[in-house]
Amino acid sequence: MLEYIISKYNFWVYIILLLIGLYAMLGKKNLVKKLIGMNIFQSAVILFYVSIGVKKGGATVPIFMGDAHAAHGHGQAIIDVASYINPLPHVLMLTAIVVSIATTGVALAVLILIFRRYKTLELDEIIKIRKDTGV
Amino acid sequence: MATHFAALVIIIPLIAALFVPIIGWWKKGLCYPLVVAVLIVPLISSLGILNRVIESGPFSYYLGGWAPPWGIEYAIDYLNAFVLVIISAISLIVSIYSKKSVEKEMPEKVVPFYSLFLLLVTGLLGIVVTGDLFNVFVFLEIAALSCYALMAIGRDGAPFATFRYIIMGTIGASFYLLGVGYLYIITGSLNMLDVAQRLPEFYHSRVVLTAGVFMIVGIGLKMALYPLHAWAPNAYADAPSTVSGLVAPLMTKVAAYMMIRIMFTVFKPVFFVEIIPVTTILTWMAAVSIIVGSIYAIAQTDLKKMLSYSIVAQIGYIALGIGLANRSGLTGAVLHILNEAFTKGCVFLVAGAIVYKMGSCNINDFKDLYRKMPFTMSAFLIGAFSMVGIPPTCGFFSKIYLIMGAINAEKWIFVAVLLFSSILNVIYFFRVIKIAAFDEVIPDYSRTTPYITYRLDEVPLSMLIPILIMAAGILVCGIFSPEIINTVIQHIIPASF
Repeated sequence: MLEYIISKYNFWVYIILLLIGLYAMLGKKNLVKKLIGMNIFQSAVILFYVSIGVKKGGATVPIFMGDAHAAHGHGQAIIDVASYINPLPHVLMLTAIVVSIATTGVALAVLILIFRRYKTLELDEIIKIRKDTGV
Repeated sequence: MATHFAALVIIIPLIAALFVPIIGWWKKGLCYPLVVAVLIVPLISSLGILNRVIESGPFSYYLGGWAPPWGIEYAIDYLNAFVLVIISAISLIVSIYSKKSVEKEMPEKVVPFYSLFLLLVTGLLGIVVTGDLFNVFVFLEIAALSCYALMAIGRDGAPFATFRYIIMGTIGASFYLLGVGYLYIITGSLNMLDVAQRLPEFYHSRVVLTAGVFMIVGIGLKMALYPLHAWAPNAYADAPSTVSGLVAPLMTKVAAYMMIRIMFTVFKPVFFVEIIPVTTILTWMAAVSIIVGSIYAIAQTDLKKMLSYSIVAQIGYIALGIGLANRSGLTGAVLHILNEAFTKGCVFLVAGAIVYKMGSCNINDFKDLYRKMPFTMSAFLIGAFSMVGIPPTCGFFSKIYLIMGAINAEKWIFVAVLLFSSILNVIYFFRVIKIAAFDEVIPDYSRTTPYITYRLDEVPLSMLIPILIMAAGILVCGIFSPEIINTVIQHIIPASF
């Protein structure tokens, strides 16, 4: 059992992070904590993607060091796929990181608006003010 | 040329979104004509695409000339082309409408508003046009981010509603992304058609099951389906009128498009119908969505809030049609995407016009509105007819197909739900019409002239014409719905149905 957990530890790490993020987003009362939870949640997904590109057995970064002409020549060059890690998930995650930063930026700007309006970032206090003003 | 339309449809608004701030910095008044002019391009392109698809069948466009599955492929079929036309038409109409409303509601934010408006349209068009699973996520986030920013500008309470939307929207998008990741693990591809080809042999693998569930839950969040709907009503109701006029007809419907695409193109229908019973769960969620959304709508006194709950109910119709997974059901669902776009567009633009004239849209203040704004309120009446399902408005035809789908599937409870929801729709729409048309302001007899003289107090033409176009659209879509079904929608239905 322990071996089973350890052999797939990357998935366990991502699931734990995902749940921490989900808990913070849904369970915490402070809006900034919700936002941090959202960041942890997105990071969990990013780590998941990064980890699935990894190959065991001495695979290295995908920089082709051989003769460039041979590679592009007549399809003769043989690139051993197993000796390079898969770069595609990593490249996808560059985009996802940008998205996550942009989301955080927008969310922080919205939090500033909320703070200016209610003078607090605690969820229950905001809900109380909203009830009192009848919104 | 027709193949390049597929790229033009998103590239032109994307580039223009970057130019709007520069031009706005030079001359603020030029933003509006620029945006309207730019949005004509996607409409022409998507009509060109639809024309080509009808004439010679589905085609694909390789972005940057990279062949799939390595490059990003824009795979165009009937469903894409159909939804593209809807999105580009609605966004053009709303952009014409925007001028006065934006000037009044956010005079100092006109330039960023138009830039974000174009980005939102780009995102929506991109989700639909692309044939690459990860590309969908990117466009989804482009649309969502610009939507958050636009919604937060709205009336008091908008930032708080927007923050909830950000949290829920991000969970939805991340779940979708996780689903894509699982599909990538098992197939090694991100191209929808390529994945669809490689997937059937793994249908009983647990990885694929997880992927399917993650994707459907993520999209369900974006669709605002019943238990996942909590963010939607406040966010839509508090947004500026123009924004809710654009987002309400399109955002959730694009998510519905994604659901059809994932369920019937990326996966074969057999997966979600037989291997995991997602469609059964979906129909029940949809039924609850329809009833609960309508009941909440009845309880509202604010017109925009009422319409926002009505979105939750109407998205239930589409989800029900998808979940029934038979020919008439799916026909009804796809037709309802078109109907909802025009109907919700029409009624939300009317709500925006009322806010423009009266400053708020509390239903109890609507007395004598029919005498003051006869054209606007007539458009509202047509929208209400379509929502209830009275022929010849388009709402009637999609509802008939949905009911036929439920009968064919022999699920009588859903027939009852559909009919009952029509009655609920009657209640909440005709309450508005009753107050606006029949409740008289009590004349003051102590004065020398006992009769109140009514002055025509219509909104400006730049707002009135788009509203009337939407209302005409409802009627045209209804009258020509057999043609629409014969030329386009019947090709969307998967062969196994």
